[in-house]
Amino acid sequence: MLEEIGTTEQGDLVINIGPQHPSTHGVLHLVITLNGETIKKVEPHLGYIHRSIEKMCESLTYRQFIYSTSRMDYLSAHINNHGCALAVEQGLGIEIPPRARAIRVLLSELTRLASHQLWWGAMAMDVGAITPFFHAFREREMINDIMEETCGARLTMNYMVPGGVMFDLHPNFVTRTKDFLRFFRSKFNEYDELVTNNIIFQERMKGVGVLSSADAISYGCTGPVARASGVSSDIRKIAPYEGYDQLQFAEAIQSGGDCFARYLVRMQEMRESLAIIDQLIDTIPDGEFQAKTKAVLKLPKGEYYSRVETARGEFGVYIISEGATTPYRMKFRSPGFSNLSALDHMSRGSKIGDLVAIMGSLDLVIPDIDR
Amino acid sequence: MLSIAGIANSIHQWLNETFSSGWATLLEFVLVGILVISFFAFLGLVLVFMERKVSAYMQLRVGPNRVGYKGLAQTLADTIKLVVKEGLTPDGADKFLFNFAPFLVLIASMLLMAPIAFAKDFQIWDINIGVLYITAISSISVIGVLMAGWSSNNKYSLLGAMRSGAQIVSYELSAGLAIMTIVILAGSIRLSDIIASQENGWWIFKGHIPAIIAFVIYIIAVTAETNRAPFDLAEAESELTAGFHTEYSGMKFALFFLSEYVNIFIVCAIGATLFLGGWMPLHIGHWEGFNHIMDFIPSSLWFMGKTFFLIFLIMWFRWTFPRLRIDQLLNLEWKYLLPISLFNLLLVTFIALMGWYF
Repeated sequence: MLEEIGTTEQGDLVINIGPQHPSTHGVLHLVITLNGETIKKVEPHLGYIHRSIEKMCESLTYRQFIYSTSRMDYLSAHINNHGCALAVEQGLGIEIPPRARAIRVLLSELTRLASHQLWWGAMAMDVGAITPFFHAFREREMINDIMEETCGARLTMNYMVPGGVMFDLHPNFVTRTKDFLRFFRSKFNEYDELVTNNIIFQERMKGVGVLSSADAISYGCTGPVARASGVSSDIRKIAPYEGYDQLQFAEAIQSGGDCFARYLVRMQEMRESLAIIDQLIDTIPDGEFQAKTKAVLKLPKGEYYSRVETARGEFGVYIISEGATTPYRMKFRSPGFSNLSALDHMSRGSKIGDLVAIMGSLDLVIPDIDR
Repeated sequence: MLSIAGIANSIHQWLNETFSSGWATLLEFVLVGILVISFFAFLGLVLVFMERKVSAYMQLRVGPNRVGYKGLAQTLADTIKLVVKEGLTPDGADKFLFNFAPFLVLIASMLLMAPIAFAKDFQIWDINIGVLYITAISSISVIGVLMAGWSSNNKYSLLGAMRSGAQIVSYELSAGLAIMTIVILAGSIRLSDIIASQENGWWIFKGHIPAIIAFVIYIIAVTAETNRAPFDLAEAESELTAGFHTEYSGMKFALFFLSEYVNIFIVCAIGATLFLGGWMPLHIGHWEGFNHIMDFIPSSLWFMGKTFFLIFLIMWFRWTFPRLRIDQLLNLEWKYLLPISLFNLLLVTFIALMGWYF
């Protein structure tokens, strides 16, 4: 299924893109072999921001380790925390109150929206349009403000605790979120006018970096990348958690497998997230925001796995417990790593400009890949 | 009447009365040289400031507003910073070419200043092959860009320079053919004749559809020729970091930057001259009153207004469009713009022969 590994011949141009490069969005290092402008091979070199978070987690208690996962995929910090909280709750066997569930879902979807907004701006910037980035940040700023008011942080939320959320919602939350929804809906058409319907943008994206559904599965791609290739992989649909099965939303699926399909999937996901928030915002149940838990958490001996859908794909948390207050072993399954592995396959034979577009459409967050 | 041409004439007269004619000519050369250089620097400051303000306006920002009144001194401060910075030359670079390239690019754009008519009867050099001169000189700058990319001993620079070379050489064809459209209509390649032929209407109005097509093609082609977005592949920052001037720093970088902005001014000035009547005021048919009021606006203002309108248009492109890919860029030129311009040239020849323009 995989083609032969590209070979470097005498006379090929080998270029290091990164670790400091404007389009790698972090410290990703790509060694690309070029034949003129055409890419023969892409080799990602990782490890520039490796902090061994998994090993670190082994010496942190079940309450503490959640917060280190905010530093992995910092754009989906809340959803990462969510996955960890779910794994711990699975081990403790506790049921969380309905209000906490609603709050978790609401904030997860807001996080997804913020992440996709940033991606939209960065994607446009990768293909050369700088203005959309600022427009995206206008809306993202509103979400960050809501987050700041609710949990005190704008990026690394740390709002999840095993058993619920740390505090109750801020009294302003509902009105501000509704304001945001109204504002964002009015601006969402601008996104389409400025970027989606732009002929140059479509030319740059269509037919570029095609990933067939078979390849998407064999590379382990998840999230929007897999869904753009026609693979149904939305954890919220195939393994619902936190009451996602009771919400009305569609799984965004495209069949093209190219950059434009990935773009459209994320754009539709933003619409679906808006729909989910719409359904929940007026019906947040009253009651406790946190289940009663012991002061010191001890997971019974065993293995626990939970998975959630972050803005980039499937995020898995695997805990092996020996019955102590800290995990015996931890493993995170981060979506970015698998998605990045398909980069070489997708970008062979295309131009340098395409490589940048493909990287943008993969929506890579490097700390998520390196951990 | 106090006009730019009047001042120039009185200086000319005074010089000729005071000195012998040889010395007077030499002094005029020096004066013009100083004028061009200072105008150059001034243009750079104004255009960079304008670009930053225009982009800020389009990006929901305020733009520079701290240094000087309303931030007007911002570009001056930036220039001072660039002048005092160390100009590094990389170890593996070809020292001579590396240091010469920015000057070559700058000289090319300075030479282009000569035939532009800034106001009524105010032109440095009304050369009889004006249009030919412009198209010839404007292609020199690509040599400078190639030199810069080659001599930097940097792969990004080399790729940027090669892209730029392919791009400028291709788009010059379309720009040249678009200019030829107006030359055919005006019947002269002397710029003052072309302007004079637009006294009762600008070519974009008089020239029917061919002139409009030529105008659109001209704007697209010069955007590409000046390496501006959406055709800024030579310095595509998300792909090649800074393209052909990746290794340049300090004043040498500033010279590239300056010549980029002055090139924009020049191509827009030429566009305004050919299509929008240069310094000619807007006249509408037999509306005597209206035409009379329009005549009151000084010719230099007309020229600058039109030029800056076109500059704004090109800046607007930059902050709206994504960048094309190299193969799409060349496809656009060779498969679309060039055949259209050739057909357009045929059409305009036919129209000119039949006398179907006003």
